[in-house]
Amino acid sequence: MSALAHRPLGGRILTKPVFILGFFVLLGAYFIARRFIFGLGDVSHMSNGYPLGVWVAIDVVVGTAFGCGGYAMALLIYIFNRNTYHPLMRPALLGGVFGYTLAGLAVMIDLGRYWNAFNLLMPWYAQLNSVIFEVALCVMAYTTVLWIEFWPVFLERMPPAFKQRFNLEKFQAFLKRYMFVFIGLGVLLPTMHQSSLGSVLLVMGSKLSPLWYTAWLPLLFLISALTMGYSVVLLESTLVSRAFRLPSESALLTPLSRIVAGLLALFLLIRFGALLAGGHLNLVFAGDRLSSLFLIETALFLAPLFILASPGGRGSQRWRFLAAVSLLAGGSLYRINAYLMAVDPGNGWVYFPSAPELMITVGVVCLEIMLYLFFIKTLPILHGSANQSHGRLL
Amino acid sequence: MEQVEDHAIEVGTVQDLDGYQGALGGLTRREFLSYCTGVAATLGLSSMMGLRIAAAATAPARPPVIWLSAQECTGCTESLLRAYHPTLETLILDMISLDYHEALCAGAGHQAEAYRAQSMKANWGKYILVVDGSIPTKDGGIYCMVAGRPILETVREAAEGAAVIIGIGSCASWGGIPSSDPNPTGAQSVHAVLPGKTVVNIPGCPPNPYNFLSTVLYLLTFGKPPELDSKNRPRFAYGRLIHENCERRPHFDAGRFALEFGDFGHRQGFCLYKIGCKGPETYANCPAIGFGDVGEGNWPVGIGHPCFGCTEEGVGFTKPLHALSRVKTYAPPTAFPAVDATKGEGVTPAAVAIIAGAAGLAVGAGAMALRGMDGKDESAAGSSHDSER
Repeated sequence: MSALAHRPLGGRILTKPVFILGFFVLLGAYFIARRFIFGLGDVSHMSNGYPLGVWVAIDVVVGTAFGCGGYAMALLIYIFNRNTYHPLMRPALLGGVFGYTLAGLAVMIDLGRYWNAFNLLMPWYAQLNSVIFEVALCVMAYTTVLWIEFWPVFLERMPPAFKQRFNLEKFQAFLKRYMFVFIGLGVLLPTMHQSSLGSVLLVMGSKLSPLWYTAWLPLLFLISALTMGYSVVLLESTLVSRAFRLPSESALLTPLSRIVAGLLALFLLIRFGALLAGGHLNLVFAGDRLSSLFLIETALFLAPLFILASPGGRGSQRWRFLAAVSLLAGGSLYRINAYLMAVDPGNGWVYFPSAPELMITVGVVCLEIMLYLFFIKTLPILHGSANQSHGRLL
Repeated sequence: MEQVEDHAIEVGTVQDLDGYQGALGGLTRREFLSYCTGVAATLGLSSMMGLRIAAAATAPARPPVIWLSAQECTGCTESLLRAYHPTLETLILDMISLDYHEALCAGAGHQAEAYRAQSMKANWGKYILVVDGSIPTKDGGIYCMVAGRPILETVREAAEGAAVIIGIGSCASWGGIPSSDPNPTGAQSVHAVLPGKTVVNIPGCPPNPYNFLSTVLYLLTFGKPPELDSKNRPRFAYGRLIHENCERRPHFDAGRFALEFGDFGHRQGFCLYKIGCKGPETYANCPAIGFGDVGEGNWPVGIGHPCFGCTEEGVGFTKPLHALSRVKTYAPPTAFPAVDATKGEGVTPAAVAIIAGAAGLAVGAGAMALRGMDGKDESAAGSSHDSER
């Protein structure tokens, strides 16, 4: 697909939603500052029993799944050669860039001794048996790869004089020539760390409820990351085309929905198969808190499966949108459950995120949406209509 | 060499060493090797070692070591004999020339004393002096006489020509068991009788052989003693409390104590603090390196006996065995919370409000977005509806 079709949307940047989002970003920044001045305990309810709090469970585990749009689309477009989907690639990539970069930011807030984080990159300190180490390295590498994949967007927007002055045309040619390497890495790395996010839970062993614990966790996390990635693309495409009055990408989204349905069916099959094989199916109807969470989660997965399995559901924008929302909610709940709600470290530990802790997460999410709006208005990301001028500040 | 005369080493008592060596010199090569192999067999070494002894015995000069024994029990030497990396024979055959050691030297009586004097004279200012045992000072030091002289004099004399002085064992380091009340011999540590001299102390009863060997190998390699603490103990070995690296430490922190020998806690391997373990006030690396080269856990606390603080002056041989130690880090509370008490922090109204708000916002935004979707044909989407903003 030609890159020429991509154009900045233009339009006002400091709109009302941006001011509202900005307020929450500032509030989040205030609590982040408190965290760095007064320490983790000042803003967070994390403890020795629950060292992984809401920043990991939501900002990293759910956030990177939302950021898997780029991964899922790259897999489809470049590995399975479905080039027709190419117009969806750049916005999905942008979602990935933000999802992963801000997950990295959340980790830096979350790390007690963040100033030691550079040691992760020192090969002589590498602990090769650690799942978290693999996740950390992979996420760092993938974030870098995402920005490299995203570079052509900046380069297209730069004035030619500027590019000439800094010899960027050569760089552009280099990127164009070797992009396949980064695209390859961009598919490999998320496959590694998204499944490792499941392996992290394998280490938790009996701390995790048997409703979630299974040896298949890595595969389940990988598949759910893919379904969530495609759902983000469905959702984002629908919202953006409506909000900015762009031509609908329905012709692409309908067949894409079919893939989501297939993956979702596979996910549920493994999920329930593992429960059956492990003999824990009775816990589903135990009637306690965990079984309720499991049932809500399963309902949120089953609804999109039924919607997207039928041609009518796939073809309708409304139903497709609902299915994507439901799937994202289900996938998020699955991850939050597995990382927080269904985890009981024993010995009387309890955890519920504190208000400042949540405000930091809200701030990070708002920052993500704000930057997304800013980028699509100023950079050639979407297939825009030609009648809009470039971005204005007001 | 004038110094020798100054310090009046009794060179006169040196016997006709040339004559003695001549006696050995009369041996044929075969007889000499056969003799060395015999020595190796006596030491319980393989016959191959005989050749190494022969090679070592004829090697060019290795740093000479004079080992003096005062009021001691030979425990330090026994401990050294049980070292395997390196073994003591590696040390004394390859690394140093152990010119005098009452328990280990081949010669005896006047011959040994003469050889010591000879070696000190030849290596004045260059030899390593090792002392084990405390030095009696009462009544002119008559309570420990070696070769007809008070050991006090011998030590002072040898210290003058020593490049380095090492006090091995608690007796040499701070007085040890002979200095315990009522201290009938006026026993003192080596550094106490050598004012103005630096004595590297390797306390312990006995000390771990590797602390001594490592110190000596450090000396041989770098030509200076390793970093020392305020009591002149090498920091690598005595820099931390036993308590800090003790494998039973988690029991201390959790309040699980053995209360008497053989009780439930003792059999479970709980902390021995309450039956008098001195680990919390004793500096040594016992838990980290263990004893006897048989793996981890082989040290007093590891096998269920409280540490009695042998390395620490004022603790070992001084405090009653079952008295509570003075914890240098922090003492345990008298009462511990129940293991299943609520820990961490739970729900706050503000957090719930934020989650509810976010969820409401998401549902609301979703509903708003849905409002305009006709669900059938959205080819004209965005043209016939107001946008949200």
